[in-house]
Amino acid sequence: MLIYIRVDYIIRTLMIKKILITFITTITLVVNVNAASDGELILKKNDPSEIKECWEGFNRASFALNQGLDKIIFKPVSSVYRKLPTPIKSGVSNSLDNLSNLVTIPNNLLQGEFNEAVVNTGRFVINTTIGILGLVDVASLIGFEEYVKEDYGQTLAVHGAGPGCYVVLPVLGPSTARDTVASVVNFVGGDAWYNVTVQNDTRYFTDFDYYASKVTSGVDFRAKNYDSIENVEKNSIDFYASVKSLYLQDRQKRILNAKAIVDTQDDSDWEEIEN
Amino acid sequence: MIKKLLSIIFILNFFINNSIALEPDIFVQSTVNRASKLLSEDISKEEKIKKLKQIAKDTVDIKGIGFYTLGAARKNLSESEKKEYSEKFENYFLKSFASRLAEYTNPEIDVFSKEILNKNYTIVNSTLKATKERPEIKIDWRIYTKNPDQPLIRDLIIEGLSLARTQKEEFASVLSGNNGDIIALFKVLEDFTNN
Repeated sequence: MLIYIRVDYIIRTLMIKKILITFITTITLVVNVNAASDGELILKKNDPSEIKECWEGFNRASFALNQGLDKIIFKPVSSVYRKLPTPIKSGVSNSLDNLSNLVTIPNNLLQGEFNEAVVNTGRFVINTTIGILGLVDVASLIGFEEYVKEDYGQTLAVHGAGPGCYVVLPVLGPSTARDTVASVVNFVGGDAWYNVTVQNDTRYFTDFDYYASKVTSGVDFRAKNYDSIENVEKNSIDFYASVKSLYLQDRQKRILNAKAIVDTQDDSDWEEIEN
Repeated sequence: MIKKLLSIIFILNFFINNSIALEPDIFVQSTVNRASKLLSEDISKEEKIKKLKQIAKDTVDIKGIGFYTLGAARKNLSESEKKEYSEKFENYFLKSFASRLAEYTNPEIDVFSKEILNKNYTIVNSTLKATKERPEIKIDWRIYTKNPDQPLIRDLIIEGLSLARTQKEEFASVLSGNNGDIIALFKVLEDFTNN
């Protein structure tokens, strides 16, 4: 029995080591790590026009597949969802945001944002208890600062990792090589919600809870941006390129925690335009 | 006597100059009010689109946006190509602009602050009020103030995402998909305008 436990322990340790080595090697290959990064360098590395399009054929095919899925699933569901009473939609949105704290807080710590980590921990505790499992954003009501989501891709970027190539993942949508690789951390212990639902067999949650929260999150996003997405699609001469630009601009803004457009846009482009 | 006259001329000149210069935030709020009033009018969609196009012609620097959108490719165009591009872009822009806005009925936009970047640009901050179906949206306006008497809109930044920048990358994609051929872009713009 003791030998069995020992062998099992060694196998588990080796497996974790293998996952970690694969993860680190992939990151090193895909992205360009620079420890001495500063704001300007991060800004330049994550500039949408600088991000390479290495797999355009695959990306466009994947984009077409996602558009098909959107047409038959997400669009009809979100068009019904957005008609629900505002308190229900706010409750769903608040509880999804509350769950996302479980990824945001470790990333606040990894990015050295200790104050934000404390604030978000307080927010999570208050909203989960007094806010009835996050349905009511009590923390904001009592004056907590605006919630800003963080993830492992943003953490790598803050530490100087470049985005690598742009990629459109089937079902999951737009991403970059760095962000795709970084999202693996969620499945190897980096997301407490995943740990208590899928990874560990707890009495309180099942796999269904995790996947249902992810699908609901997609529907919530689609419903919030329903008109904007329709509008961009209708008025684009290349919808794929529009979505890519919007996604990468948003990503750049989140990485820099930028509040103003001038923080992420090179004004010299505009200065050249005379009238 | 001459001194007194000069003083009066100076004071008058000061007031005239300052009364003509239009503050970017006031310009945005009045443009928004103009569009909002039009959108709430009980007229046909076609009539709304026609009037919205006129508002865009009066308040947006369509030519400037067109050249910004073209990116580095603008440097390789001949004068006749530039002229042709400006015409095609204006038609494309007006159609796109009007059809985007015509979908809204009485949008409520509140201008609340501005940030002067330099003598040529001011960013005006506003919010589009929430409705039952969508949350509040933050909209920033890049205003070209080189001529302070006639400010012009050069970009709309919705929740931090620039529409001009998106359009620029969209045009770059069309050009790179056609080996940089400007004629291919002309055709795409024409097709969009005609459909």
